[in-house]
Amino acid sequence: VSRDVAIVSFASTTVPDTDLTETQLLYPVITEAIEQAGIQRNDIQFTCSGSADYLAGAPFAFVSNLEATGAWPPISESHVEMDGAWALYEAWVRLQHGDVDVALTFSSGLSSRSADLRETLVLQLDPYYLSPLWVDQVSIAALQAQAMGRDDTLADLAATEKASRRDGAAAAILVAGDRARELSSRPVWIRGIDHRAEIHYPGMRDLSTSPSTAIAAENVGVGNGAVDVAELHAPYPHQEQILREALKLGDDVAVNPSGGAVAENPAMVAGLIRIGEAFRQVSQNGKRRAVAHATSGPALQQNLVCVLEGE
Amino acid sequence: MAERCAIVGVGQTHHAKVIEVSLAGLLRQAGERALEDAQMTWKDIDAVVIGTAPDQFEGVMMPELYLADALGCAGKPIMRVHTAGSVGGSTAVVASHLVSSGVREKVLTIAFEKQSEGDTTWGLSGGRSGGVGAGGYFAPHIRAYIDRSAAPEYVGWMVAVKDRKNALKNPYAHLKIPDITLEMVRDSPMVWEPVRRLESCPTSDGACALVLTNEKHADAKRDFKPAWVHATAVRSELGQFPGRDPVNPQGGQDTAADVYRQAGITDPLNDVDVVECYVPFSWYEPMWMENLGFAPVGEGWKLTETGETEMSGRLPVNPSGGVLSSNPIGASGMLRFAEAAMQVREQAGEHQVDGARTAVGHAYGGAAQFFAMWVVRNEKP
Repeated sequence: VSRDVAIVSFASTTVPDTDLTETQLLYPVITEAIEQAGIQRNDIQFTCSGSADYLAGAPFAFVSNLEATGAWPPISESHVEMDGAWALYEAWVRLQHGDVDVALTFSSGLSSRSADLRETLVLQLDPYYLSPLWVDQVSIAALQAQAMGRDDTLADLAATEKASRRDGAAAAILVAGDRARELSSRPVWIRGIDHRAEIHYPGMRDLSTSPSTAIAAENVGVGNGAVDVAELHAPYPHQEQILREALKLGDDVAVNPSGGAVAENPAMVAGLIRIGEAFRQVSQNGKRRAVAHATSGPALQQNLVCVLEGE
Repeated sequence: MAERCAIVGVGQTHHAKVIEVSLAGLLRQAGERALEDAQMTWKDIDAVVIGTAPDQFEGVMMPELYLADALGCAGKPIMRVHTAGSVGGSTAVVASHLVSSGVREKVLTIAFEKQSEGDTTWGLSGGRSGGVGAGGYFAPHIRAYIDRSAAPEYVGWMVAVKDRKNALKNPYAHLKIPDITLEMVRDSPMVWEPVRRLESCPTSDGACALVLTNEKHADAKRDFKPAWVHATAVRSELGQFPGRDPVNPQGGQDTAADVYRQAGITDPLNDVDVVECYVPFSWYEPMWMENLGFAPVGEGWKLTETGETEMSGRLPVNPSGGVLSSNPIGASGMLRFAEAAMQVREQAGEHQVDGARTAVGHAYGGAAQFFAMWVVRNEKP
C-alpha cells in the first residue's frame, strides 16, 4: 500500500547546556542535513517539525524555529508538539500522497532552560489528579522498575536522568521513490512506521510491559526479518529491557550502539536521533536492517517503531 | 491522492465558559457528538489527531498524553498538532492526510481550548515578557489596511454586527447580542486603535471534532450525506522581515491558490457558495476577502459594505457567527473547517446557506504567518 520513502540524510547536535536559542541550535543542523542530501532549500516541498513550548518557557516558542528553515517564499509546513520522530511520521504520511517527493523534518528542545526539568515535566500529567501530587517522571520510572521486580532505586534513576539531560536539535531529509535513488547512492528505506499509545494513568496499566510497542512492532513487521541493530529510546536501563521484550529482539541484536538515551536524552529530539542513528547504521556501517524506536510521556506511554533497510 | 476523504461526523460543544466538565470531558463531549453524527463509536476509530494552541494556555504540557485515556487511545495512535491560531485548521488537514494517504481508514480529530482554566492573554502576550495581546499585535496591520484601501470606518462595525446576528442562529455560539447595532459597536470602548471592544472576539471555551473516513466507509452508510474533501493546503512564512506584507500575506495568497487549483476553482467569488473564515477582529473579513482572492486588492471592504457577505449575499461569510462570536482559540480553526462541512451537508440548521455545494474553511495564526484551508463539497472529487 505504502509508497517507498527513504531517509537520505541526517544531522544532529547535543550539548549539555547551551546559551544558544533553539533557532541557532537548529540552523547548522538543518543546513547540514540539506547539504548531505545534495539538495537546495527550495527543493523541499514539505516541512514538519517537533518541539515543546514548555521547554523554552514561552508560548509560540516553535514559531521562531521557522527562521532556521528559511521560510520564504512561504513553505508548506506543519508542527507537532511532540518528539521529532512524530514529525518524521507526519512527513512520511505527507509523502504517501505522491504529489510531493522531498520533505524536511526536524526537532529541537532545550532541557537546560527549566530551573528543574523534572518539575517542568510534571505538567505532562493529568492536571486534575496527578500533577497536583508532583509525582515526576523519574518517580514513575522508579515505580516501573519496581513493577518489574528490579532493584533500581529512585536515586539511581535520578542520576541517570540528570546525566543524560541535553539540549539538542536534529534534522533529516526524506525522499520518496525514484527521486531518492537519484539523490542518494545509499538511500535507507522506511519499510514501516507506526506509533501507539498506552493509558496515561500509571495505576491503570501494567508498567512492566509495553503493549503499544508490541502493536506497532507487529504492524511494521519487525519480526519479518533479521534485525541487525536497534536504536531504542529508553531513558532508563529497565526500559530497554521492556522494549527488547515488546519488540521480541533476540539477545544477538545489537542495541543502541550510539549509547542510547541513557547517555544522551535531549527532550523532543532523542526519538528522532534514534531514527537518525539507525539510519547511520544502515547507510554508513553496512547494516542491512535496523529498528528504531521513539517514546514520549511518562513510563514509555507513547511509542513509535520503524524499520529501516538498505537497498 | 490515493484515497478520497469524507467528513462523516461533525461535533462541537457550546462555546461559553464551561465549568461542569474537565478538559478531557470537553473533548469527549465534542468527540461523542461527532461519532454519533457519523453513526460510529469510539471503538471504530483507527487514529486520533488533536490540536490546540500553546500548552501554556491551560498549563498542560503535551496534553495528548493525559487525554489518551478519555479519547479511547489505548493501543491506538494519537498525535498532537500545534501551529498557533491556525492549529484547528492544520489539525484537520493532518487528519485528512492520514485518510487520503491510505495510512488510516477512520480518523477522529478534535481541536480545543479551555480558556477558563488558564490565562490566555498572558500567554498571547509572551508570558513573563509582557506584551499587548493578539489585538495589540494586529491593530497596526488593520490600521494599515484601512489607510491603504480608504475603507470607511463603519465597515468594521458592519462585520461585527453581521457576525453577531448570524451567531443568534447558531445554538453553539458563545456571544449573543440580539439587539446589536452599528451604533453600539461604534460606541463600544476602543481597545487597540482602531479595534473596538465589539469588533473583537470573546474569550471562549470549546472543542470541535470531525470524523473522517475513506470512501469505502463513507459509501457503506445508508441515507447518509458526507462532505468530501476536495483540497487542503497549509503555508507558513517568517513573521518578520523587510519585504513581508503582514496586511496581505503571501502565505495566505499561496494557500488559497493551492486549494483553488486542487478543487478546480477559477473564479472564487462565483465558484464558492459559502466561506467560514478566521476573523478574530472585524476588519479581518475584508482583509481576508482580498487575501483569499474573493475581491481585488483594496476592494474587499466593498463586499462587506454592499451586504454580499451576509447570509443573503452572494458569498455568505461566517454564517456560524465566526470567531467574532466564539473563540476557543485552538478549536476556532477547526470550527471554520467543520462549519464549512456542515454547510455542504445541509446540517447547519438555522444558519444553513441554501444550496451550499462548495464551501471553504480557513484559519490563520501566529503573526498572520500560518495558514490552513480546505475546500469541501457535497459531491465526490
